[in-house]
Amino acid sequence: MAKIQVKTKINGEETEFLCQPYDTVLDVLRRDLNMTGTKEVCSTGDCGACSITLDGRLVCSCLVLAAETEDKDIETIEGMAKNGKFNVLQKTFLEHAALQCGICTPGMLVAAKSLLEKNKNPTETEIRYWLAGNLCRCTGYDKIVKAVQAAAEEIRENA
Amino acid sequence: MSEVKFVSPETLEQAVDEYSKSSKEGKTKILAGGTDLLVQIRSGASQPDTIIDIKNIKELKEISNYNGSYTIGAAVAGAVLDEEKDFGNNWPGVLEALRLIGSEQIQGRASLGGNLCNASPAGDSVPALIASGATVNVKGPEGERNMPIESFHAGPGKTNLKNGEIVVNFQFPKKQKHSGDAYIRMIPRTEMDIAVVGCAVNVTIENDKCVDARVALGAVAPTALLVEDASKALIGSNFEKDAVEKAALACEAACNPIDDKRGTVSYRKKVSKVLFKRALEKAIERAKRG
Ligand SMILES: Cc1cc2nc3c(=O)[nH]c(=O)nc-3n(C[C@H](O)[C@H](O)[C@H](O)COP(=O)(O)OP(=O)(O)OC[C@H]3O[C@@H](n4cnc5c(N)ncnc54)[C@H](O)[C@@H]3O)c2cc1C
Ligand code: FES
Ligand code: FES
Repeated sequence: MAKIQVKTKINGEETEFLCQPYDTVLDVLRRDLNMTGTKEVCSTGDCGACSITLDGRLVCSCLVLAAETEDKDIETIEGMAKNGKFNVLQKTFLEHAALQCGICTPGMLVAAKSLLEKNKNPTETEIRYWLAGNLCRCTGYDKIVKAVQAAAEEIRENA
Repeated sequence: MSEVKFVSPETLEQAVDEYSKSSKEGKTKILAGGTDLLVQIRSGASQPDTIIDIKNIKELKEISNYNGSYTIGAAVAGAVLDEEKDFGNNWPGVLEALRLIGSEQIQGRASLGGNLCNASPAGDSVPALIASGATVNVKGPEGERNMPIESFHAGPGKTNLKNGEIVVNFQFPKKQKHSGDAYIRMIPRTEMDIAVVGCAVNVTIENDKCVDARVALGAVAPTALLVEDASKALIGSNFEKDAVEKAALACEAACNPIDDKRGTVSYRKKVSKVLFKRALEKAIERAKRG
C-alpha cells in the first residue's frame, strides 16, 4: 500500500517519515522513530500517557493521525531536558517522589509543562482538573500535584 | 485492506467535491478533532477508505463576531474557543458544555462540529447549542443550507445531513440584553464521563418577567430535545414556583430514555427535573448580571 510521506518538526528538528493512513502519531513515534518516551496505555484518549503538544496544544498522540502532522510542530518528552539538564518539572517530580512505575510520568510531565506555560500560578484545583486526563495507578496523585506546585514556585522565583 | 486515502483539502469546495465523490464509491469519513473518529477506527467500528481532514479549511477554523452575532467554525477546538473570552461572556452555557468534553488533551482537538455530527444522544454541547438558538450552516454538492440544531439529528448516531454535506459553522443569534444560558450534566464521576442527563437553559428577563426561554435536554431520548412545553411554562412568568414546577414536569414528560448501567428510566426522568431547576437558577443569575 502506498505510504504517505510527512515532513514535520519534532522537538525543533525537521523530521521526515512514511506512514499509513490509519497510523497515529504515537505509532510513528514509538515504532518508526524509536522515540519510546511517549507511552501507550489505552489508545483511546482516556489515560494521557501519550500526551504531546501539537503546535503548542496539549493533545493525546493516540488520537492524532500521523498524516495530519505535515508542517506541524510536535513536542514530546524527549525534548523536555535541554543540554543534558532536567526541566524544572522533571527535577521536582524526582524531589517529591511523584513517580513509582513511571508509565504515566512522561505524559504527566508534558501535560504539567503545558499547564505552567499557560498559568504560572495554578491552584491545587486547577492542577487537578488540568491533569484529570492523566491517569496514575501508583502515586495517588498527591505527590504529583505537590511536584507541579513546587515547579510553578521555582519558575515564578526565577522569572 | 484496500488502499486507504487521506486528503486534507484547503477549500470547502474541494472537500465537498471529494466527499460527495468518494462517499458514492465507499466509506468516507470527515476528520475534525478525531476524538470520536480515531477511537472508532481503532476499535474497528469505523474503517473508512477515505479520510478527509477538514482542519486546513479556513471557514471551518474561523471565529467571528458580526454585530454581536457569533459565527464559530465547525472544527474549532474547545481549548481554542475557550481563549476567545468574549464568546464565553456571551454564551457561558455553550462554552461550559463544550469544555466539559473530555480532558484538557481532548479539548485540544474536540470540536462543536464533531460533537454534533457524531450524534451521540449524550453529546454535551448539543443541548446547549439548542438552547442558545444557534443554527448550523451546511454545504454540500447542491449548495448551502441552514438548519436549527434541534432538527439536525435523525437518531442515535444519525444526522439529517445529505450525501456529501459538511457542517461549515455555527451561527449564534445576537445575545439579548439580560439573557443568560447555562448547561449542567449529571455524571457518575466528576470528570471524564458520559452524561446520564444533560440540561441547558437560556432565558431572557425583562422587569423580572421571563420574556423568552429555551430549554433543552440531552441523554434522555434518541436525540437531544428542545422542550417547548417547558419554554411555554416559563415565558410570561416571574419564575414563580408553580411555573418552574410546570416546566420541570414538561422536562420529565419529554424524556424517553434508555435503561442502562448509567441510569434507569425512572432515575433519568427524576434527574431531568432536578437538573432543569439547577440550570434554570444558573441561567437566571447570569441573565440578571448581563
Ligand atoms: C477521553 C474522551 C472523553 C470524551 N468525553 C466526552 C464528553 O464528556 N462529552 C461528550 O459529549 N463527548 C465526549 N467525548 C467524545 C468526543 O470528544 C466529542 O464528541 C467531540 O466533540 C468530537 O469532536 P471531534 O472534532 O474530535 O470529532 P471527530 O472525531 O473528528 O468527528 C466525529 C464525527 O463527526 C463527523 N464530523 C466531524 N466534523 C464534521 C463536519 N464539520 N461535517 C460533517 N461531519 C463531521 C466525523 O466524520 C465523525 O463521524 C470524549 C471522547 C474521548 C476520547
Ligand atoms: S494512550 Fe493515548 S490517552 Fe491513553
Ligand atoms: S507512577 Fe505508575 S502509573 Fe503513575
